[in-house]
Amino acid sequence: MKILVTVKRVPDPEQKVKIKDNALDLSGMNFVVNPFDEYAVEAALRLTEKAGTTERLGEVVVLGVGPKDMTQQIRSCLAMGADRAILIEGNDDDLDSEQVARVVTAVYEQEKPDLVLMGKQTVDGDNNQVPQLVAGYLKLPQATFACSLDLAADQKSLLAAREIDGGTENKRVPLPAVASVDLRIVLPQSVKNNVTDASHAYPEGPRYASLKGIMKAKRKPLEQKSAADLGIKDLAPRVQPGPGDEARRATPAPSRYQSGVCGRANAEAHRRSEGLLGLTPNVNAFTVPAPRSAHERGDKHGQRSIGRGAQRR
Amino acid sequence: MRNELDFLQVEDMIGDEERMIRDSVRAFVKEQALPTLVEHYRRGTFPRSLIQPMAELGLFGPTLADYGGAGVSELAYGLIMQELERGDSGLRSFCSVQSSLVIYPIHRFGSEQQRQRWLPSLIAGEAVGCFGLTEPDFGSNPAGMRTRARRVADGYVLDGTKRWITNGSIADVAVVFARNDEGEIQGFVVDTQTPGLTRREMSGKLSLRASATGELIFDECYLPDSALLPKGDGLKAALSCLNQARFGIAFGVVGAALACFDEALDYAKTRVQFGQPIAGFQLVQQELVESYNAIVQAQLLSLRLAELKGRGQASPVAISLAKRNNVAMALDVARRARDILGANGIVDDYGAMRHMCNLESVKTYEGTHNIHTLIVGQALTGIAAFSA
Ligand SMILES: Cc1cc2nc3c(=O)[nH]c(=O)nc-3n(C[C@H](O)[C@H](O)[C@H](O)COP(=O)(O)OP(=O)(O)OC[C@H]3O[C@@H](n4cnc5c(N)ncnc54)[C@H](O)[C@@H]3O)c2cc1C
Repeated sequence: MKILVTVKRVPDPEQKVKIKDNALDLSGMNFVVNPFDEYAVEAALRLTEKAGTTERLGEVVVLGVGPKDMTQQIRSCLAMGADRAILIEGNDDDLDSEQVARVVTAVYEQEKPDLVLMGKQTVDGDNNQVPQLVAGYLKLPQATFACSLDLAADQKSLLAAREIDGGTENKRVPLPAVASVDLRIVLPQSVKNNVTDASHAYPEGPRYASLKGIMKAKRKPLEQKSAADLGIKDLAPRVQPGPGDEARRATPAPSRYQSGVCGRANAEAHRRSEGLLGLTPNVNAFTVPAPRSAHERGDKHGQRSIGRGAQRR
Repeated sequence: MRNELDFLQVEDMIGDEERMIRDSVRAFVKEQALPTLVEHYRRGTFPRSLIQPMAELGLFGPTLADYGGAGVSELAYGLIMQELERGDSGLRSFCSVQSSLVIYPIHRFGSEQQRQRWLPSLIAGEAVGCFGLTEPDFGSNPAGMRTRARRVADGYVLDGTKRWITNGSIADVAVVFARNDEGEIQGFVVDTQTPGLTRREMSGKLSLRASATGELIFDECYLPDSALLPKGDGLKAALSCLNQARFGIAFGVVGAALACFDEALDYAKTRVQFGQPIAGFQLVQQELVESYNAIVQAQLLSLRLAELKGRGQASPVAISLAKRNNVAMALDVARRARDILGANGIVDDYGAMRHMCNLESVKTYEGTHNIHTLIVGQALTGIAAFSA
């Protein structure tokens, strides 16, 4: 079992952002691994290990697209336990969904993993496009917004529960496939691989990098390549904002489900999981919240932060 | 400190690996440890449920490269202590004792048999250790200790009492110092199940409440020859352990100070009186600036000390200087923070008063502030002001 996990660096959601010339000023920003990508790394590790042992049942390859400094965030994924990494050099400002999807597609062709596991979106742009584009380009089955993953014993298919507006949808995809993960994938029993005991409960959230993991990470292979090495001409953005685009603000129409009453059990599960994660649910037990982006969730004192990494001191 | 407040870019003095270690411990403390800690502080108990997760992170004996240690740098060790004490001094004390006062002496002065018996389980968090030097009548002057180790056939018999022993009541193994028939001080590694050793948890503490503090009472306690710490030179060995722990304290208290400062700064910016945030008053700004100023100085002092220690050049005097300065600094910052928080400062929804009370113990243990003053004073003048 070989899993390719994509990772982007994003400005630390806990710091104040600076706006310059109508855009985010990224200079001097502190970067962290996109929280949803961190969840994808956690899910990939759970899929490829027998919990409670050091045995590895597969390989987790981390793929990042970003500037050279991004090795810091990639190393933190290696420190969590990923086996090796590939960094394709690119500019934070230039990366658009189309270009990143092309890169992931090209790396897929070289690596031929059994599964591409991605965060459902990055918390900077919140675009939520790359997993779907990659699946499209590769003509692979896709399971987006997965909140649970269950790998078949023969490792030929994956059963995913997907977060959809009305609740969850169960979907079995044959491998190879593309899956993107949502917040609840890091609950204690969200990932099953038919090797780890089915009753095993992981600590909630992405694992902390252990001291040994961190020491080992610097010796793990990290391949740095350019887009050209993959046969991609350049990484210039394909979509250019028109004049005034950045300044335009619009409030989306409320979703049909935003305050709709859904199945009670499901709503209850949703509420409970949010509570477990230490996040304040913004709805009562009988409504399902519209999907929120991670950076909108409060991170008050003593509560679990969803993204972690270098807060500077 | 938030990076936009890191005016001296202290962050640049820390390597990537050390930063990752610090951030991992910080996330653990904030997310998993702190909520539990506050509850235990209220009840006056040590949170044993945190021992296993800390062992899995690799926090016990982290500088050792054998017996299951991760082999991290001295700076990384210091930053681990900083992050633990950002949570609570009790948690940091537990780790200081386990790593610096138990794992370190067994590794450095112990026999191969003692190492095999205790190091893997101490590092894996399966065993807890404690360090018994202080006695009811001998604190600052441990050289006067009365606990006796009488020579008998094939071993020693210990008699005496050790008091104020961190982890004393919960430990599986104790590193204990006693006076032999020749009047010399010797170290022993004692299984706490040994007949003749009884233990008592000390109650009524108003400080370091989330830490177990106990008394070890030796009454005709027979120890085989193999319990002797063979390579240690008595009190010198004890002091070399304390050097390790004091180094960790110099870093640890910076964490406590940062927790208090961050809290006070946030509070001052949002608490409105007389129609404006109290942070807008000159007197409050002065408090904040004094705190900030002192923290940055302490950070630089401890970073320099870590550099020296990494090279094996941190002298006991340098470590005394740092322990003395940084603990006093942290206590002062905690008191200022407590004051800025007003009435809110006296409840445990906020950390300032808990840190402040904890730091009173930290000021006393591992050599009191006064004693470190005298150590530095002796080094400066060549005159010992504390020998009887
Ligand atoms: C919470 C806690 C945990 C502890 N954990 C441990 C442990 O794990 N292991 C262990 O062995 N010990 C431990 N100790 C004991 C600690 O190390 C002693 O309390 C410390 O050494 C001071 O000794 P004392 O309390 O007897 O004070 P004393 O030595 O009696 O000092 C009282 C006061 O007199 C001052 N003083 C003493 N002599 C002089 C002098 N010559 N000149 C000027 N002033 C002087 C001191 O600075 C202090 O202010 C712990 C203590 C506490 C509070």
